[in-house]
Amino acid sequence: MPSTENLKHRIEAAIPGARAEVSDLTGGGDHFRATVVAPDFAALSRIEQHRRVYAVFGPEIGGPIHALSLETRAE
Amino acid sequence: MSDNPVRDAITEAITEHEIILFMKGTPEQPMCGFSARTTAALEALGTEYAAVDVLPDPRIRAELSAVSNWPTIPQLFVRGELVGGCDIVTEMYESGELADALGVEAPKDAPARAPVAAEPGAPPLTIDNNLTDRS
Repeated sequence: MPSTENLKHRIEAAIPGARAEVSDLTGGGDHFRATVVAPDFAALSRIEQHRRVYAVFGPEIGGPIHALSLETRAE
Repeated sequence: MSDNPVRDAITEAITEHEIILFMKGTPEQPMCGFSARTTAALEALGTEYAAVDVLPDPRIRAELSAVSNWPTIPQLFVRGELVGGCDIVTEMYESGELADALGVEAPKDAPARAPVAAEPGAPPLTIDNNLTDRS
């Protein structure tokens, strides 16, 4: 089962310079909310920023990660 | 036309409707909290929009996500462009960008915060990843 720490580390490892805060929305270990701040996002639209984070998890979104609500920004 | 009638129907719908929301359930009866919240934001702005329920046929979600490169439902398109899912629509509602993007004026009595549809008994928040072929 994914944990908030696990999601945080994977986002930060995959996106250069990213800082992520992840919370468990329901306490059930499958509905998460992440706030991700990364310098690389400055060049990306909001849609592209979200795609970048979704891409970290690929098929896990909708699988073990039932929900990943996102807030992203460049700085 | 391609040999993929579902994909053709989706791209045609996106082209034909200025504002179109792909969602789970209907605006009257959303079947997921994220879809409910997105329709609530559109309703709060008094927007007219087309809505497509993706639930009756799993091919709709799969083809939609292939077209949009976006893994989850709901998806809002304005003038042929993907605006985003629930998070982005909610954020844009609260910043005032959504009304601009939709080309409407927010009603004076529209709430500043995006309406939260997830009341007790509301449909669960669940998403499916439609970019992944799991067949």
